[in-house]
Amino acid sequence: MTVVIVFLLQTIRIAVPYLFAASGGMVAERAGVVSLTLEGFMLTGAFTATLGAYYSGSPWIGLLCGVAGGLVMGLLHAIASIRYGADQIVVGIAINLLVVGLTRFFLHLAFDSSSNSPRVAGFGGEGTSTGLGALAANPLVWMGLLLVPAMAWLVYRTPFGLRVRAVGEHPLAAASVGVPVARVRYVAVALSGMLAALGGVYLALDQHQFTDQMTAGRGFIALAAVIFGRWDPVRAALACLFFAAAETLQIQLQAFEIVPSQFVSIIPYVLTIVALAGVVGRSVPPAALGKPAE
Amino acid sequence: MSQDSVHSTPSAAGAAAVRMAGIDKAFGPVRANRGATLEVGAGEIHALVGENGAGKSTLMRILSGMFTPDAGTVEVNGRDVTGWSTAQAIAAGVGMVHQHFMLVPTLSVAENVVLGTEPRRGLVLDRERARREVRALSERTGLRVDVDRAVSRLSVGEAQRVEILKALFRGARVLVLDEPTAVLSPPEVVELWNVLRGLRGEGATVVLITHRLDEVMEVSDHITVMRAGTTVGRMRTAETTPAGIARAMVGRDVALAAALTGEAAPPPRPPVAGGAPALEVRDLVVGAPGRPRAVDGISFQLMPGEILGIAGVEGNGQTELIEAIAGLEPAASGAIVLNGADVTARTVRERGEAGLSHVPEDRQRRGLMMDYSVADNLVLGQQHRFAKGMALDRARIAANADAQVRAYDVRPADPSLPARALSGGNQQKVVVAREMMRDFSVLLAAQPTRGVDVGAVEQIHDRIRAARDAGKAVLLVSAELNEVLALADRVAVMYAGRFAAVLPRAQATEEVLGPYMTGAHSEEAA
Amino acid sequence: MSTTTPAAAASPAPPPSPAPAPRWRTQLEEALLPPLVAVLAAMVVGDLLILSVGQSPADVYGMLLTGTWGNAYGFGQVLFKATTLIFTGLSVALALRAGLFNVGAEGQLAAGGFAAALAGWLLPAGTPWLLAVPLCIVAAGVGGGVVGVVPGVLRARFGAHEVIVTIMLNFIVLALLNYVVSAHLHVPETLHTPDIGGGVIPRFGGPFTGSAANASLFVALLAAGLVWWYLFRTRRGYELRAVGLQPDAAEYAGVRVGGVWVRAMAVSGVLAGLGGINYVLGYKHYYEEGFAGGAGFLGIAVALVGRNDPVGIVLAALFFATLSQGGLAINAVVPKQMVEVMQGVVILAVAVSVPEVRRLLRQQRRAA
Repeated sequence: MTVVIVFLLQTIRIAVPYLFAASGGMVAERAGVVSLTLEGFMLTGAFTATLGAYYSGSPWIGLLCGVAGGLVMGLLHAIASIRYGADQIVVGIAINLLVVGLTRFFLHLAFDSSSNSPRVAGFGGEGTSTGLGALAANPLVWMGLLLVPAMAWLVYRTPFGLRVRAVGEHPLAAASVGVPVARVRYVAVALSGMLAALGGVYLALDQHQFTDQMTAGRGFIALAAVIFGRWDPVRAALACLFFAAAETLQIQLQAFEIVPSQFVSIIPYVLTIVALAGVVGRSVPPAALGKPAE
Repeated sequence: MSQDSVHSTPSAAGAAAVRMAGIDKAFGPVRANRGATLEVGAGEIHALVGENGAGKSTLMRILSGMFTPDAGTVEVNGRDVTGWSTAQAIAAGVGMVHQHFMLVPTLSVAENVVLGTEPRRGLVLDRERARREVRALSERTGLRVDVDRAVSRLSVGEAQRVEILKALFRGARVLVLDEPTAVLSPPEVVELWNVLRGLRGEGATVVLITHRLDEVMEVSDHITVMRAGTTVGRMRTAETTPAGIARAMVGRDVALAAALTGEAAPPPRPPVAGGAPALEVRDLVVGAPGRPRAVDGISFQLMPGEILGIAGVEGNGQTELIEAIAGLEPAASGAIVLNGADVTARTVRERGEAGLSHVPEDRQRRGLMMDYSVADNLVLGQQHRFAKGMALDRARIAANADAQVRAYDVRPADPSLPARALSGGNQQKVVVAREMMRDFSVLLAAQPTRGVDVGAVEQIHDRIRAARDAGKAVLLVSAELNEVLALADRVAVMYAGRFAAVLPRAQATEEVLGPYMTGAHSEEAA
Repeated sequence: MSTTTPAAAASPAPPPSPAPAPRWRTQLEEALLPPLVAVLAAMVVGDLLILSVGQSPADVYGMLLTGTWGNAYGFGQVLFKATTLIFTGLSVALALRAGLFNVGAEGQLAAGGFAAALAGWLLPAGTPWLLAVPLCIVAAGVGGGVVGVVPGVLRARFGAHEVIVTIMLNFIVLALLNYVVSAHLHVPETLHTPDIGGGVIPRFGGPFTGSAANASLFVALLAAGLVWWYLFRTRRGYELRAVGLQPDAAEYAGVRVGGVWVRAMAVSGVLAGLGGINYVLGYKHYYEEGFAGGAGFLGIAVALVGRNDPVGIVLAALFFATLSQGGLAINAVVPKQMVEVMQGVVILAVAVSVPEVRRLLRQQRRAA
């Protein structure tokens, strides 16, 4: 029984950053803007949150700084992609590289280290315990879990969500009835920056420090979850949980060496390719994804 | 412009819902509207008719705020609204139903209708109210459609009803419909008329853009006729006949021009008796997005030394027919036989090698690589004939370019220019030169002189006739009836994916062809 | 648009086409302005970073230049880094010319390097050099090509978008290589494969001694020449570019678009895979995890700044190699990560200024 509980707790712990980033990716892509930037947004959030928490001593200030960092990067993505109509794939790659450089540079400048920051305050219990108490005491865990119904509500139940879905599929039709396409996309991308950054905030505060490139490809796993979840908030969240469960299983089984860990780690990527190729139920992206509006 | 049609005097009193006067609108060198006028009485169904390119859609886009006129005034309900925006037009109750639907396929009908003016309950989209209101509107107007269904799963007719609902939901009192029946089946057309009459009964004003005279006679109260960008007539439907409208639509100018080109051309030759057809099409069915039978079982034979001209309103399957013969669209069923060999399953290149040449209807999308040089474009589709091993034979490409540029008088005579830098007429000369260069027996010529200046038109026509005289078989498609009449030995009229008529040139006059083009008559294809 | 009315016949001839001179100028401006704007933007950001650590930008840029182009060792390192970037830049550019975005050069590069190391290791000792080197180079190409062809096939056959597929493949390839090396092929106590027995590409001697620069550079330059020839002088290249520019016109010209996609991705993968020879055959003589070190992603920047033209790519590769080597030269006074930021800014600024420059030039032309 305890094995099951430990498994579930570990899964949730791994899934939370995916949930944040995938929610952000989902809303930006639903609005028609490609989200290769999730990795960069997360890393930004992790770094600025560490700065905030370090200098203020409060994880809450850290959280706010993390969100602000994500917002800045989100707006950079939005301005380049929407205002200037730059290729969104290139912009995504550029921002990811830029963020790696910026965080390393300022890690040096702030903490005189090329690998990690000093220890900062986090939420809840000490250490990286997998216990229920530590997990429950972390407000970011609750925020991450509540984000799933919240995103479903936003996308399917609000006028903003309706407009997001419309501008991502057929911006011309949306514009013809007076929907401000660019503004909707700006808001969606800025939101994706803040949400994905929260995933990074969670990582940094959970580990009580920032380490170089600590997101380690999680932004791309979140993107995989968005695609595997067919751009639907609930299905994307389920994909996040599934990928996290696979990782947990791999960690738990590591001792037994039944399956090489590398084979487990590629599950999200393989499934995403399979889903895109339509072998089991085709993932069809929003029709106007990646296309700047006229 | 001659104004030989009957004019009914527009009522001087303020009953006009729309009054447009002296409208000019140019797009670069093209003058889409020149001094066009339109007066639509409140609470009537008003037909705006004219040939393709007469400027009807432009005039209506000015009314709906999509375009700003270069000159002239627009009044709606007595208020000067010249140069207003789409949003202002919508707010003032002018709604437009476009020929190409502006619907988000993944959203439901109700969502599409309320998009942009969503009913809210606090922060939340009031989905119940949206569904209720859209359903109520649907029932009241007779525009029957399932409000919860995704638009992608609607038929074309249903999608059009959603477009009309969208306009009405925004309070449209002046409803403009651009060629609404082009995509509808006959029963759907009847339903649409009933809906429009119902709206008129409620005091709404309807402007119907069309070129189908049977519809005009059936449903409209008044008619405005446009030709070459200007208004040439306004009449009361009850006081005119289809012949009268047709005369105003076609006008003397065009008839005169057709006669001129007709006289300049050698007389059409009688079809070659006997012998094997160069091209034979049997029961061909071709699908297009949303239209599984865009070409609906066409059969014909094309003999060497013959030009078969296909006339008809655009969008009746001509594009799909040509692309299927060329190998660019798969045939759903049927057979295409080229010089006795069945090529239905062959690739584009194999068909070219079997003797097919193709001047495509859209030179900027298909016919030319806009960023390639003229020289490189002159071998497009024949690039394997200009290769030495793996490499292209630049010397032969250059020599070929010099020869073709001279022979076709392409200007400027610089084969290193990108195709993009040439005028439309010179671009088309490049395409025609290249396709005539092939060792071909069948030429597909789709809209061969569209957007081409007059000098180039004559040259291209001469080349097509010369090919025919040299024993080639030519399948010509043109939206310009004049062009078909000037070139063809036999004329087919395409309507709704079928040949409504196939006539020898001698019997094919505008008066005879017109009713077939509008679907008023049809006969089994010969 | 009636073409037969007398009115139209009387209308004057179409306006004369623009003279060739301004056309060349605009083309040149369209090609050169974005990289220039990008370099300027990067330098401005670099200035800010340098000022933030209280140093003088002029001094730091001076150090950067003397540390790279100012001495033989530094220049040798620039050439070494540029060699890999030429390969990955060509890889990305060739795919882009066919209208495909290969974000997978990183994985293809790793696979190519691994294949070269494997071939070199498997070769019996004493294999003649003239046989061993070509064999190992071919192995690198095949390794990259196998990874590259997958997204091509998935795109042509199933319509799966190559950007996502190549990103995901990067992770898959790197994980699988990690497994093979760590479970089966590593030298005990290390994370690299055994040394290759044959197929060593000689390093540059003379003044370059000590730097990692090696004769792979000539293979890279040869590849650049061949890519240019392929793209602009062969029938396949003519067809490939047509597919990238106007797929509908290519289809009309009898080109099978799907086939071109598969071929372009395969060749793109081969080019990225060949990049592996620089490190494996020319420098370390073994495969080591992480040797690609982002050169695949930087290949995107190289292709972009080099405007998908082989000559431009060689120059852009030198530029980016100078930046990354220059980071080491200035590390004493400014954290070397400054150059990573500048690389990101260059890519971002090129992405933004390509459409913007085109728009502004068009506007200017219309106003003229």
